[in-house]
Amino acid sequence: MSGSANVLTELGVAAIRDGVVKGDFSAVEIADAFNANVAAATALNAYIVATPELAVEAAKATDARRAKGEPLGKMGGVPIGMKDLFATKGVQTTAASHILEGFKPEYESTVSQKLWDAGAGMLGKLNLDQFAMGSSNETSYFGNVISPWRRNDGGNAALAPGGSSGGSSTAVAARLAPAATGTDTGGSIRQPAAFTGISGIKPTYGRCSRWGIVAFASSLDQAGPMARDVRDCAIMLEAMAGFDPKDATSLNLPVPEWEAGLNADLKGKKVGIPREYRVDGLDADVAKSWDDGIAWLKDAGAEIVEISLPHTKYALPAYYIIAPAEASSNLARYDGVRYGLRDLPDGAGLQDMYAATRAAGFGAEVKRRILIGTYVLSAGFYDAYYTQAQKVRTLISQDFRNAFTQCDVILAPTAPTAAFGLGEKSDDPLAMYLNDVFAVPASLAGLPAMSVPAGLNREGLPLGLQLIGREFDEQGVLNAGLAIEARAGFSARPEQWW
Amino acid sequence: MSVDTATVAKIAALARIKVSEAELAAMVPELNGILAWVEQLGEVDVTGVEPMTAVIANHLRLRDDVVTDGGVRDAVLANAPARQDGFFGVPKVIE
Repeated sequence: MSGSANVLTELGVAAIRDGVVKGDFSAVEIADAFNANVAAATALNAYIVATPELAVEAAKATDARRAKGEPLGKMGGVPIGMKDLFATKGVQTTAASHILEGFKPEYESTVSQKLWDAGAGMLGKLNLDQFAMGSSNETSYFGNVISPWRRNDGGNAALAPGGSSGGSSTAVAARLAPAATGTDTGGSIRQPAAFTGISGIKPTYGRCSRWGIVAFASSLDQAGPMARDVRDCAIMLEAMAGFDPKDATSLNLPVPEWEAGLNADLKGKKVGIPREYRVDGLDADVAKSWDDGIAWLKDAGAEIVEISLPHTKYALPAYYIIAPAEASSNLARYDGVRYGLRDLPDGAGLQDMYAATRAAGFGAEVKRRILIGTYVLSAGFYDAYYTQAQKVRTLISQDFRNAFTQCDVILAPTAPTAAFGLGEKSDDPLAMYLNDVFAVPASLAGLPAMSVPAGLNREGLPLGLQLIGREFDEQGVLNAGLAIEARAGFSARPEQWW
Repeated sequence: MSVDTATVAKIAALARIKVSEAELAAMVPELNGILAWVEQLGEVDVTGVEPMTAVIANHLRLRDDVVTDGGVRDAVLANAPARQDGFFGVPKVIE
């Protein structure tokens, strides 16, 4: 790849948008530069399908609009990676599963359509944990995504890029896209962002339409942007959000101008530090980065207050009832009849076909969650498991409501550790689930939450800090994130080995 | 509560997932590990607490009762693994 291509792939969303408007470079030059990086990075396995022609086509349209003096849109000239959970018309959409291999939707998801309407183009479909179920991107049918980061021990162990949006996090961190879409059900934007030293925000539940996103747990699923910095997240979230009559839980609210509202001055703001997140045996580097974050927000003018979220320890077990229950229902649609894989053994009837198709098409973690979900919803167990979990979810939501009478935004670590090695946790489902301990509570409460890079740990790996806000207060979350970003001065990046 | 092989086989049948004897044997301890862990929710006092139905308060909208879609048979069938004469094809279900 040429030297100038390298310079162009250093640019983020705002820099590309502004540079295309000014004529510093064309949108096609940008698309070509990122397409080259994508093609050269197959070792990372971030993309399931690359679509360089679509990136160029959108870029040509942007350049043509500019030549005619027309407005270019919020994402004009910005090529992005699309998590392969969003239905894209005519482009294979798999949710990283075998059961959807070859599926080419006849329709476009609302969020991806909004991004194209805003002038973005698609570099390709990004790998993820199968049906977004996982925290390491090790459950994909299309193979593991490899994090571009390596420990500073010289060992070159392959590390997890986080999950489920592991293709998205790797693509942004390795300059295979200036930004990417993610989805977050229990931390799937924030944890991978933390693992790879990038930023990502899950907005309030209902901000981004779920229409056309392969459903995992519908009461939790929420799309959001993953990008290099807070401003880029704000720009892209504006393009993704907005009311959609096709999603019954879509919020009928105007989309705020989050980018214009960015302000890192936190004078008069109170930042809550939840005492329950300071768990026994918390990793020393993670604890230190949290203390750094507290100092930075104080420096930005905020007052720090200790708060309590008493039901925190029950969030993860409640999540692992609610999410599998919803998944078992949502994934009932994969039956080998209407789309996707069909496995029809010789002489099999309809029921045998269903069972054989689903056995062949779903991976082990997906099956595990469908079975858990089926069990907790089955006659005689529904109240003990599912109703109890939904009551606990109410209490977790109330914890946040009470806390937000004393503070404006909450600061906590994003994940209990930095990135772990591939294979280190994949044999133990519970150990894997525990990695989302700090991310899941905000998901259960539907609150906006973001991860921003805070620094490196002793192994030279990125650590993220999480900001959780009141419902609809993405601005407060972004502003606190910006205050941290300005003070953390995070500029570390993985050395290119791929 | 814990599950045994017969229970897991029943759940798998309900979920329409074919599982081999070996898979069943592996799943029993895995599922029991997860179920034992979620059991801690039983400690929480939920007296008078309503189960959550909507995470962000939102009203359910009704749309006008008019036809808004349809006439897209070929698009609906485009990804079907088997189709014939404008229908989805499935194994014979009536003897």
